[in-house]
Amino acid sequence: MLFLLETVVSGLLAGVMYSLVALGFVLIFKASGIFNFAQGVFALFAGLALYDFIADDGWFYHMFGFVLPVWAGIIATMGVMIIVAWLVEFLVLRHLVNQEPIILFMSTIGLAYFLEGLGDTLFGSDVKPLDIGLPHGAVDFLLDDYNFYVEKLEIVAAVVAAVLVVVLAVFFQKTRIGRALRAVADDHQAALSVGISLRTIWVIVWSVSGFVALVAGIMWGSKSGIQFSLSLIALKALPVLILGGFTSVPGAIIGGLIIGVGEKVAEVYAGPFVGSAIENWFAYMLALAFLLFRPQGLFGEKIIERV
Amino acid sequence: MRLKLLTKVLAVAAIAFPLTTAVADAYELVIPATVYRTGPYAPNGIPFANGYGDYYRMLNERDGGIEGVKIKYLECETAYNTKQGVECYENTKGEGPSGALAYQPLSTGITYQLIPKASADKIPVFSMGYGRTSAANGKVFPYIFNFPATYWDQASVFVKYIGEKEGGMDKLKGKKIALVYHNSAYGKEPIRTLEELSKKHGFDLQLLAVDHPGQEQKATWLQVRRKKPDWVMMWGWGVMNQVAIKEAASIRFPMDRFIGVWWSGSENDVLPAGEAAHGYLSGAFHAAGDNFRAHDDIKRHVYDKGNGGGDRDRIGEVLYNRGLVAAMWTAEAIRTAMRIHNTKEVTGEHVRDGFEALNVDAKRLAVLGLEGFTYPVKITCENHQGPGKVALQQWDAKEKKWNFASDFYTPDADVVGKLIAEDSANYAAENNITPRTCN
Repeated sequence: MLFLLETVVSGLLAGVMYSLVALGFVLIFKASGIFNFAQGVFALFAGLALYDFIADDGWFYHMFGFVLPVWAGIIATMGVMIIVAWLVEFLVLRHLVNQEPIILFMSTIGLAYFLEGLGDTLFGSDVKPLDIGLPHGAVDFLLDDYNFYVEKLEIVAAVVAAVLVVVLAVFFQKTRIGRALRAVADDHQAALSVGISLRTIWVIVWSVSGFVALVAGIMWGSKSGIQFSLSLIALKALPVLILGGFTSVPGAIIGGLIIGVGEKVAEVYAGPFVGSAIENWFAYMLALAFLLFRPQGLFGEKIIERV
Repeated sequence: MRLKLLTKVLAVAAIAFPLTTAVADAYELVIPATVYRTGPYAPNGIPFANGYGDYYRMLNERDGGIEGVKIKYLECETAYNTKQGVECYENTKGEGPSGALAYQPLSTGITYQLIPKASADKIPVFSMGYGRTSAANGKVFPYIFNFPATYWDQASVFVKYIGEKEGGMDKLKGKKIALVYHNSAYGKEPIRTLEELSKKHGFDLQLLAVDHPGQEQKATWLQVRRKKPDWVMMWGWGVMNQVAIKEAASIRFPMDRFIGVWWSGSENDVLPAGEAAHGYLSGAFHAAGDNFRAHDDIKRHVYDKGNGGGDRDRIGEVLYNRGLVAAMWTAEAIRTAMRIHNTKEVTGEHVRDGFEALNVDAKRLAVLGLEGFTYPVKITCENHQGPGKVALQQWDAKEKKWNFASDFYTPDADVVGKLIAEDSANYAAENNITPRTCN
């Protein structure tokens, strides 16, 4: 029983890690109707940039002879992500206003390949051990006294995700920019007609998404080192999005928790009977099962279109 | 006057023509390399490619190539993708008058695809310590070489090591050994051997697959916690290794009871885990470090001239050295082919013969500037796997270096030999191959 509880808790915490990636997708989709295929690469790129600012084998150190403290590195990386957001708007999105969603989606695939190659060229392909002082390993007293294993890093991730959700909810619901973002998502042309600057909104939303990617990059990078496989964590976020809905911040979190618990319990208890390594496809199966009953996802908006 | 001019032009042309043809037709030894400098496995592919390429560049600079014939080293990017690897093979196999002389796919998936193709094209594939294990049988796989040891050798050596640490092979009865493996053809390679060894020695084998790329392994390590194996072996690659070592450290699995295959034992794999990786073990068939004369020559002849494949301070890393030793054995096979066929214009077929007559003994290693770097290797027509010896190396997280933790063990020939005979016979039957005779 204790082990089942341990599996469930580990699943919940792993789910939070998936949610951190899924949140970035939700933000951009919610505000611009674009499914950003490059979100995983954003997390990778942000992680690479952060490492470069704070490590003594990066460009920054070689150019200036010193490294930034972690807090300054995070701010500088956020600056980089804002520049990336502005470039995405300037070079890609502004040329695709009112295009079909599939065109915008395809452009993000191109963006993913470009950013991955750029990251490779600028920062190299080596594994970069990211250590910004986050705790690692099991929570000692739980393991020592109760033989119950929980990873410290994942608890930190859960706290960060909770704060992030609150901040994003306030941003979307209570601020003028948040309302403008939602207006743009509903209809580009209508938003333009009431004086909302589509370009500014897009830069803002891609910057916020860059910030979420930075948080995801830090958490996943602390777990496995910053490396190019980080871009594949987007695949972990997809079933979360399908389940939680593409337009809901709480959906990304709840979806992550359900997927996390579902896949861990399935792998641990059913995996041994079917050759193990079932968690990846099980997550998608679980999401598809939910789709049968709620095609828009658990918290997604029901889209009714006149045909 | 005109006649004089015409005579002069013809005379100059007559002298110059053979020269230009000689330059155009200068025989080069084409060695393509299917590398992966991009994609999720690039951190491992890059140092290997650097070591592999640097050795050939050093030979070109220092010796003018192999026996004075220049090497044409061609890199082709696969991103560790089997389809791209096959495309690379098709695009490079006919390069130059020599054609490709040998392939080093550095991917079990690509190797499996190239086995029938390269055999038909008569180009040797040197899947050094990876690929299809039963290719060790040269009678069935005349163009495939997987020396100096195979995955099955390695699995049996790990079991020997565990037996030794437990106080004897008879003490293995009732012990639990888990295999955490990459859920691919590569990761599944040792399973059959371990199942046989489990029957022979009575240990309980637990199989735990990890899907590509292995970024998330929580469920796997929860199962390790539940099943409580005495030892864990790992057949991993890329990010899977780093995450596994970190997860093992997190659940406090003792690192000196965690043994990785030789593809799970590079600096890349242990550094992200920091101090927690101290004591982690992995298989090895060559030394780590850059304190060999061959490394000095690479620095002097390649890096000092700005032609190095990577960073100078990463020469000597485990995977760099693995690329280097692969290039060394390939170059020696080409040299042997030149000698036995008495020609410097060798082809793939000649190089196959060179591989089958390869004898890099301790004396030859010393001449090559690699004394004590690896063990002597002798290949024959029948035996393409070599001596099969494997040592264990251990990570010292404080010094950030690998040290040998054991001598070189010989594999369990009874189990491994029988499995190789069985598997290669099955392959021959499935593909209508009549095993050749070796005299």
